[in-house]
Amino acid sequence: MPPKYHIETHPVPNRLAPISRSGVVAWEEGCLKCARCVKKQCVYRVYETRRLDPGEMRESLDFACKDCFRCVQNCPKGLIQKTLDPKFRALGDHYWTGEIISRLWFQAETGRIPVSGAGYGGAFSGPGFDSMWTDMSEIVRPTRDGIHGREYISTAVDLGRRPMALCFGGQGELLSPAPLLMEIPIPVILDRPPWSPPSRGISLATLKAAKILGTLAMTGPELWEPQMEPLKEAALWAFPRGSEELPWWLTQGIHLVELEDGPDVMEKQEKLKGLNPELIVMIRLELGKESKRRVLELARGGAEVLHLKADPWGREKGEAPRFVLQALKEIHFHLVEVGLRDALSLVAGGGVAMAEHMCKLIIAGADAVSVDVPLLAAMECRVCRRCQEGLACPVGLEKVDPAWAAARVRNLLAAWHNQLLEVMGAMGMRDVRRLRGEMGRAMFFEDLEREFFSNLGRRS
Amino acid sequence: MVDRSNGFVFPEVKRVPSRFRNPLAQYRLAIEGNCDNCGLCGQLCPHGVFLPGARRPRVVNPQMCAGPECGFEDYCCINRCPQRAISLKPNPSFELLGDLRWTPELLASTWHMAETGEIPHQSWNYRTGASGGGFDKLRFLFPPRKGLYFNEKDISLSITLNRTGDGRPQIQIPVPFYLGGMSYGSISIHAMLSRVRAAASWGTFCCTGEGGYPDELIPYDGHVITQVATGLFGVREETIQRVRIVEFKYAQGAKPGLGGHLLGDKVTPSVARMREAVAGSALFSPFPFHSVYSVEDHKKHIDWIKQVNPQALVAVKVSTPTDVDMVAVGSFFAGAHIIQLDGSYGGTGAAPDIAKKNIAMPIEYAVPKVHRFLTNEGIRDKITLIASGGIRTPHDMAKIIALGADGVCLGTADLVALECVRCHNCESGRGCARGIATTDPELTGLIQPEWGTQRIINMYSAWMKVLRSILRRLGMKSVRELVGRWDALVHLDHLQPEGIQGEMEA
Repeated sequence: MPPKYHIETHPVPNRLAPISRSGVVAWEEGCLKCARCVKKQCVYRVYETRRLDPGEMRESLDFACKDCFRCVQNCPKGLIQKTLDPKFRALGDHYWTGEIISRLWFQAETGRIPVSGAGYGGAFSGPGFDSMWTDMSEIVRPTRDGIHGREYISTAVDLGRRPMALCFGGQGELLSPAPLLMEIPIPVILDRPPWSPPSRGISLATLKAAKILGTLAMTGPELWEPQMEPLKEAALWAFPRGSEELPWWLTQGIHLVELEDGPDVMEKQEKLKGLNPELIVMIRLELGKESKRRVLELARGGAEVLHLKADPWGREKGEAPRFVLQALKEIHFHLVEVGLRDALSLVAGGGVAMAEHMCKLIIAGADAVSVDVPLLAAMECRVCRRCQEGLACPVGLEKVDPAWAAARVRNLLAAWHNQLLEVMGAMGMRDVRRLRGEMGRAMFFEDLEREFFSNLGRRS
Repeated sequence: MVDRSNGFVFPEVKRVPSRFRNPLAQYRLAIEGNCDNCGLCGQLCPHGVFLPGARRPRVVNPQMCAGPECGFEDYCCINRCPQRAISLKPNPSFELLGDLRWTPELLASTWHMAETGEIPHQSWNYRTGASGGGFDKLRFLFPPRKGLYFNEKDISLSITLNRTGDGRPQIQIPVPFYLGGMSYGSISIHAMLSRVRAAASWGTFCCTGEGGYPDELIPYDGHVITQVATGLFGVREETIQRVRIVEFKYAQGAKPGLGGHLLGDKVTPSVARMREAVAGSALFSPFPFHSVYSVEDHKKHIDWIKQVNPQALVAVKVSTPTDVDMVAVGSFFAGAHIIQLDGSYGGTGAAPDIAKKNIAMPIEYAVPKVHRFLTNEGIRDKITLIASGGIRTPHDMAKIIALGADGVCLGTADLVALECVRCHNCESGRGCARGIATTDPELTGLIQPEWGTQRIINMYSAWMKVLRSILRRLGMKSVRELVGRWDALVHLDHLQPEGIQGEMEA
């Protein structure tokens, strides 16, 4: 058994006061100055520890308050109220919601899984990832205790091309070359965010985090600095389309490079592998209606790893876009049908915002997922996308400290890793490689609705 | 109220106001300085919002105010005040209560029921939440002109818990629900006593959860279900012999496939004694039963309990995986009397959010799946199917019975009756700031068992009124007739208006 993969985490404080859902409004006028003021009785002592965040002039009460309403309900003059904070509603957009962003902040700060009491309070289901539930196993499976566990659940995956058969000589000696695979201990690679202010801190932090985690972070020749040399093993080199002259020298000591899909992509792959036979090439495709055909072409042509990327909201390109989950399912099933699914690895991404999205993309057929926007959120990004318009970043990401940011990304992915263990533990699975494409262990909203609700109200 | 079919007298409703000085009301009523204290508002208001005061009336029950809707009534204080001194404003705190499943209106309605035992007169939606699916999209379809001519007292709400015919007691409960397991440690002894005593008043049961059997519950033994869960905390031969029903908990809907975890802070000396553990150290209840890997092992488990207590019924609580129908049939053949399906949106003291939201299916799918399967196997009438996990209202209860359950198991609604605001912080620090999910002695003292018992009694009183009214409108004289009546429900997303005969519920 390989050594147990464990990510060491430490709390990494926020730089800024986090934006919370609601705030406390406490009037002074009419105050009776009670000897036993309700503020002194706060179970969470938020009034005693209150302070003003000087950077943003924000009151610590607002995010320290846990909404128990004791003070609201006990103040004799009813001078304390709670109100929704419009800033929270304004965070992100319809997809990257305030709830998601603040949970990413929490995980980056603490490295802990979000845990709460009193049952689930969210929507019954929803579009995209929320139209799917994962399975659990009641009794009939070996002992497994998830993150508290005594047994090892492997989250390692391989990236690369596998031979569909091995050839042996007359003496039983292996004739086919050993497959060239790269193993990463968590099924996540760190992609370049779709937007960010120009910042060397962000790319340096992502690389550092990838090195701590044992995975790969996307970087590019234009971002390379000599001081990144010690981080080279964690670098996933991305070459943009149309770069006629690839800087071949850079590929020494690199395990994985990414090429954008194009008519000559397979020739480029050959050329690169000719220069460095140890190199695994990943081809990036923007997900779209024609992806199924193109993936098959590339799979037949010898592609090793495909990176299927939807937009930051999980949509494929083109008219009436499908969600990444549906598009990926179709591609996965198609490759299974033609007997090529095991020949290559699929990395999927776009719209991966929570740990559960990672689990669900793997169930829908991905070997691993690529994460982008959450890396920024770990650095306190508010997903306002002002940077795309050339405006100043409200949280100063251009000057982010790489060591702080790397530790935040590490914490976030440690929490995601633990959540993956929870999901697999509940299913009775001990290897994430087996989770791939396990759609029989998932439940889909449309199927369940059709089966149980479409026929209600009929007299039989 | 009386159930004429079995003579059961419903417990008495007594008005029990909020424990807090300022009830969480939807509106704030202000009386301006020009009030001449004529007292008309207090005389007019049928909801008791005002009490006389020295200089002007006092607004003591703002939660009873019917709001702007009241403007159409001739007793509206705002319209009738000779001085025009009364004004109404929304309470800003109200809108941030709760969540999509428990909306502010649903919480306020439940508090109203717990205070008065009545269905809310305010214009709140007390039937559904805002989760956008499942219960919140299901509606009853009432056939035309049925049930107009019979008395609600003639409607029986009782169900039988042993239908196997194995010679063990035929326990009947006069209402189609019992109260689910919440352990000593996860909730306070006062909250626990409130629930158990309310269950006793309703002639039904309350489960101990897996934290042991506190001596305080002994007077109510006949109404206690004791739980045997994977941690086996506080399970002793004498506790199993004390009760009429023993429950095996295989999994919990809120954290299916995951173990339980009581944080060290909550393991006070008394909790530790009860659980036979060390104070201050976190307690894990592992998953699954490490002695059960097959239906045969499961049967061995059930046989063990039956041997220890020859009179007991055995209930099996499971979560809702894709093969929940197979699990149910397995439990039946292993000898269970009751199978409780705990859906994924149910309550918990603490669970990873990823599990609560994503793992296992909602109860609204699991119940029809199991009901259909057991019916096809020809054993549906040999087992009692109890649904739990996300049943918030009497409407949810009636809907899940129509989908195929015999009855329901409830928990979160009880806590809301005890003024839980669903802040979701049950697990942190000293525990629940409102004195419900805590073992801290000072916080525990925030609830008195007499107060809590009556609040829960009152809430179910209102629930039973709603349930009887639904049954009457369906033309049914017994809740047992409702089981599996898929024709009595429609789903708003799959509605074919031309196929509808009768009246759809609002």
